[in-house]
Amino acid sequence: MRQSQLLRQKIVYSILAWTVGIAIFFPILWMVLTSFKTELEAVATNPSFLFFDWTSENYHTILAESRYFSHFWNSVVISLGSSLLGLLIAVPAAWAMAFVPNKRTKDVLMWMLSTKMLPPVGVLVPIYLIFRDFDLLDTKLGLVIVMTLINLPIMIWMLYTYFREIPSEVLEAARMDGATIGSEIVHVLLPIALPGIASTLLLNIILAWNEAFWTLILTAAKAAPLTAFIASYSSPEGLFYAKLSAASTLAIAPILIIGWFSQKQLVRGLTFGAVK
Amino acid sequence: MGNITLKQVTKNFDGHEVIKPLDLAIENGEFVVFVGPSGCGKSTMLRMIAGLEDVSGGTIEINGQDATETPPAKRGLAMVFQSYALYPHMSVRSNIAFPLKRAKMDEALINEKVEKVAETLNLTPYLERRPGQLSGGQRQRVAIGRAIVREPAAFLFDEPLSNLDAALRVNMRLEISQLHKDLQTTMIYVTHDQVEAMTMADKIVVFNAGNIEQVGSPMTLYRHPVNKFVAGFIGSPKMNFIEVDETISGQPVNCLGVRPEHLELSSRQGTWKGKVGVAEHLGSDTFLHVNVPGVANLTVRADGNCPFNYGDEVYVSPVEEHVHYFDATGKAVRNEAVASVSIPVSSFSQ
Repeated sequence: MRQSQLLRQKIVYSILAWTVGIAIFFPILWMVLTSFKTELEAVATNPSFLFFDWTSENYHTILAESRYFSHFWNSVVISLGSSLLGLLIAVPAAWAMAFVPNKRTKDVLMWMLSTKMLPPVGVLVPIYLIFRDFDLLDTKLGLVIVMTLINLPIMIWMLYTYFREIPSEVLEAARMDGATIGSEIVHVLLPIALPGIASTLLLNIILAWNEAFWTLILTAAKAAPLTAFIASYSSPEGLFYAKLSAASTLAIAPILIIGWFSQKQLVRGLTFGAVK
Repeated sequence: MGNITLKQVTKNFDGHEVIKPLDLAIENGEFVVFVGPSGCGKSTMLRMIAGLEDVSGGTIEINGQDATETPPAKRGLAMVFQSYALYPHMSVRSNIAFPLKRAKMDEALINEKVEKVAETLNLTPYLERRPGQLSGGQRQRVAIGRAIVREPAAFLFDEPLSNLDAALRVNMRLEISQLHKDLQTTMIYVTHDQVEAMTMADKIVVFNAGNIEQVGSPMTLYRHPVNKFVAGFIGSPKMNFIEVDETISGQPVNCLGVRPEHLELSSRQGTWKGKVGVAEHLGSDTFLHVNVPGVANLTVRADGNCPFNYGDEVYVSPVEEHVHYFDATGKAVRNEAVASVSIPVSSFSQ
């Protein structure tokens, strides 16, 4: 009796979970499917789900017409560069707040988080002007700097929660053993916090890869990453859904693959501190 | 060399004085135990000596040099933490070698030293293991090994045995005492366990509420506690306190203290008559909790073969020369002053 009830409950939950999962995933699946259709089929009023003439023509056209690999390379440089630069700043900052806190530490953390609540448009003009004056418009360096600044609060918060879980006695032991602050961080803190640092890095690569506000505004051609590449397919002459889908698929593919292989790490990173 | 001198050292947390100005001299080679209840400031004091905690006032001298502002690494002290604080990502070998590597010592010399320390502490078979693969006792030994290998001026132990089970604690206590005999290096040891303090120390420093109550050898503290706090803290089971209102040789006495081992039992006669409550038979000893109406609940340490049990009526008498006297402030009234006077317990006789 009780067992069958449990089983029923399990089935209901499974159905519910799958429904939500498919609902979330469906647009992505539809995009991938559309990328293999012809333009005509893509806009058909009665679209077929799987039974259409599969074609890879869209991909051929896109790779031939545009500079996918140059955009891809820009995305790699910007997301990886900003994540690494961010880590370089965030590790010492999080170390200080986790292990040498003072009365204002909580306020500083809250203030940093509050900057994430600001609509980016609010600082569009000043940033644009600064970029213009410093010749940073349409440069990878410029985007690396902006991405670093945007994601720094999240990086510091994530690392801070990780570091808080590390007993401070271990770092004190290192200090007693003659380690300088630098070697305390490099030889003791970083190796212990490696899983946390890895998931922070991963999440920030994903965030920077997907960022589309600043990348579209601050770049034109030279430094344009994949987000700009997608946007270029919504042209004034009308939308080419199939090609747009193919472009989007190509843009998200790398990050999807990284995400797939590191999902365990990511989930652990995002829920860290929530459950012990 | 490991002389450590504290001069008027104080510590404030948020304007709250947790260590009141205190002076203390620790001689080279001494085994000094800081003992006291939790929150009394003993660990804070140790951390200030280590340099892990800033000093709010006063100076700390190590080997005659002012080290108040010296960073921990430069003080030449080694510390063993309660949680062992081993580096979880390193092998036992790397853990022990860590301080030597930081000192940029030659690799061959490091290996030689690590092997020697591992041998002393019976850690040789575990050198390639990670701390997570060791038992609590072995981890503690690695922590001690990491301290020894540096050949420090002094060792600082912060409640190193609290995380071990009772049997292992006794073993490690002996090992640390043996280590002190072998190395003859200054050791400062923080504990809340008065048994550890009594058995290991050359000198005990009793802390209470940020003050030093008394400094002395274990037996001095046991025989001549300067106040009620020390009298009650040192010795197990605790000293019995009996409220009185007497004047002895012109000095007011508000309290008598008698240790459980200084009470004699009889079934026929004695100073106080009471009823046995719980009787704890330990084999070697028996602890009787005797309720004497109008006096106190007295703990009596008796022979292992003590015949008394729950509900028995017994007479309890203190051994006169071992009775302690305290005034209203808890300060001990020197025994010599009252030595010739008989115990003022007549008023309780029943």
